[in-house]
Amino acid sequence: MFQFIFRRLSLVIPTFIGITLLTFTLIRLIPGDPIEVMAGERGVSAERHAELSAQLGFDQPLYIQYFNYVSGVLQGDLGNSLVTREPVLSEFLALFPATIELTFCAAIFAILVGLPAGIIAAVKRGTLFDHSVMTFSLTGYSMPVFWWALLLMLIFSVNLGWTPVSGRIDVVYWIDNVTGFMLIDSILSGEEGAFSSAASHLILPSIVLGTIPMAVIARMTRSSMLEVLSEDYIRTARAKGIAPWRVIVIHALRNALIPVITVIGLQVGILLSGAILTETVFAWPGIGKWLIESIGRRDYPVVQGGILIVATIIIVVNLLVDIAYGIVNPRIRHSR
Amino acid sequence: MSLLTLENLSVTFGKFRAVDNISYSVKEGEVLGIVGESGSGKSVSSLSVMGLIDYPGEVSADNLSFADQDLLSMPEKQRRKITGSDIAMIFQDPMTSLNPCFTVGYQIIEALKTHDGGNKKVLRARALELLNLVGIPAPESRMNAYPHQLSGGMSQRVMIAIAIACNPKLLIADEPTTALDVTIQAQIIDLLIDLQKQKQMGLVLITHDLALVAEVAHRVVVMYAGQIVESGPANEVFSTPRHPYTQALLASLPESASGKARLEALPGVVPGQYDRPQGCLLSPRCPYATDHCRHVAPDSQGSLERQVKCHTPLDAQGRPAA
Repeated sequence: MFQFIFRRLSLVIPTFIGITLLTFTLIRLIPGDPIEVMAGERGVSAERHAELSAQLGFDQPLYIQYFNYVSGVLQGDLGNSLVTREPVLSEFLALFPATIELTFCAAIFAILVGLPAGIIAAVKRGTLFDHSVMTFSLTGYSMPVFWWALLLMLIFSVNLGWTPVSGRIDVVYWIDNVTGFMLIDSILSGEEGAFSSAASHLILPSIVLGTIPMAVIARMTRSSMLEVLSEDYIRTARAKGIAPWRVIVIHALRNALIPVITVIGLQVGILLSGAILTETVFAWPGIGKWLIESIGRRDYPVVQGGILIVATIIIVVNLLVDIAYGIVNPRIRHSR
Repeated sequence: MSLLTLENLSVTFGKFRAVDNISYSVKEGEVLGIVGESGSGKSVSSLSVMGLIDYPGEVSADNLSFADQDLLSMPEKQRRKITGSDIAMIFQDPMTSLNPCFTVGYQIIEALKTHDGGNKKVLRARALELLNLVGIPAPESRMNAYPHQLSGGMSQRVMIAIAIACNPKLLIADEPTTALDVTIQAQIIDLLIDLQKQKQMGLVLITHDLALVAEVAHRVVVMYAGQIVESGPANEVFSTPRHPYTQALLASLPESASGKARLEALPGVVPGQYDRPQGCLLSPRCPYATDHCRHVAPDSQGSLERQVKCHTPLDAQGRPAA
């Protein structure tokens, strides 16, 4: 197992080189430069531009800039934001809990709904339930996120008034930032009603963000279960005379989960890297919103650093998925 | 006393009759061989005995009983108590018949626990005993092995251990050696026959291997296109087949072709869902078929002990009766 993890980790080095090179080049290929964006409509004089360029190191050849960037990264320095002058890492760390919180709730929603729906659809294949699950999941998968978000907002926040429209918590609460997770901080604050306010702010974004993963999980679970249920070993299990629920939950599900775990892992990885549309629509102060804004400002260090961190997260999640895979599937665990 | 009785059992999938009105019985301690080509309904009929036919398959019978209990009318839960304990089954492909996610020990213990219960220690000891009984070397270490770590022969031994775990009165072996090496085949059959004698089980042996049936079976059932065309004591059926199909099967054996350049073969294939002939199902392939055969389906003649489904059963010389 250690060998397996080590082998996976060694693949990380070329991936890092690729990511740094790509983000470094691509962001510089976008027209416009950070200094002009900073200056705004007032414009900036040629002398001032040159001065700032020299100050920020943009006057040096690209390969030197890249080398400086990478050597900084290797020393744990992702640089400072051109806009706020704050270190990229600390900006990221301040915003990341919001994204984690949202991802976590969305993933819980997606798994709690998608997994059982897929299992039942497979067991009762061809029935009305099966067809409904498949139709809903296809709809959920193909629905534009921003539209779905606005639709839910309109129904539940505006018309019914059940949930708040946007943000993380009601403005009447002033919550100290202890962990960065609003659900936890609101409890720690001891203010009455703060937790339920934070929780109610999470409901719609979680559903919106969890809809696509839920649809993917439901469809994957269903097809995987259908395949497994026709396997010979399911017949063997039934020939033992064990109860039908046990055949499904113990014998079939364990095998069917193997591909589903991969899908869940990949989906969570994607969610963690920031849900740009969902975070924007719900004014959720997370990574997705931060990155998209920094691209608009041509904030090179933030884009480079942010994408590098996000890529690292995806790599780590994938590694965890592979480890989980080995736990569920003995054939992987024993192979070299 | 007869252990398992089937009277006019049919299994239909929609309009297709996979098994068509078959009747046979198995006595305690008896070995019954079921032979026939692929697609003749051998496996489906035995799966229906286990209650493993799924929707859209439907099982109907005048009588399907085990030890005088009607299997078709009893509640699902009660039937599951018989399935896997009193009637057990082993399957064709051992490599895919064991669950890849669980250890050998777990899968044997599960069968024991479902029907007999008991604490962990006792169950483990019994599972070890079973592995010993089916001739698995170093059973202690095999308990924690996963199916992918076993060879085909070993897997089939584990399947047998699972099947005999609760001391079944009837064991159905559905082509237990088809997927195995020739050298392993003999070992597995020897093991099955040994266990059958030791435990005085009824054994239903489904196979393509006529020589094997001739050697070990007391009685034999020959199936064709979902029907039983001939049945009777093994030595009688093999020495004086009364159905043209049985005769053709025996003639196709390499042993019957000594000195000939080619093996005998019956032209054509088993009729499927869409090409069922009108009269006798064998009529398009039967060398003795008459116009009568092509239009009127024959009934089974003779007692349950020795039945033949033919208008003109063969005589001792292997010629059709007038």
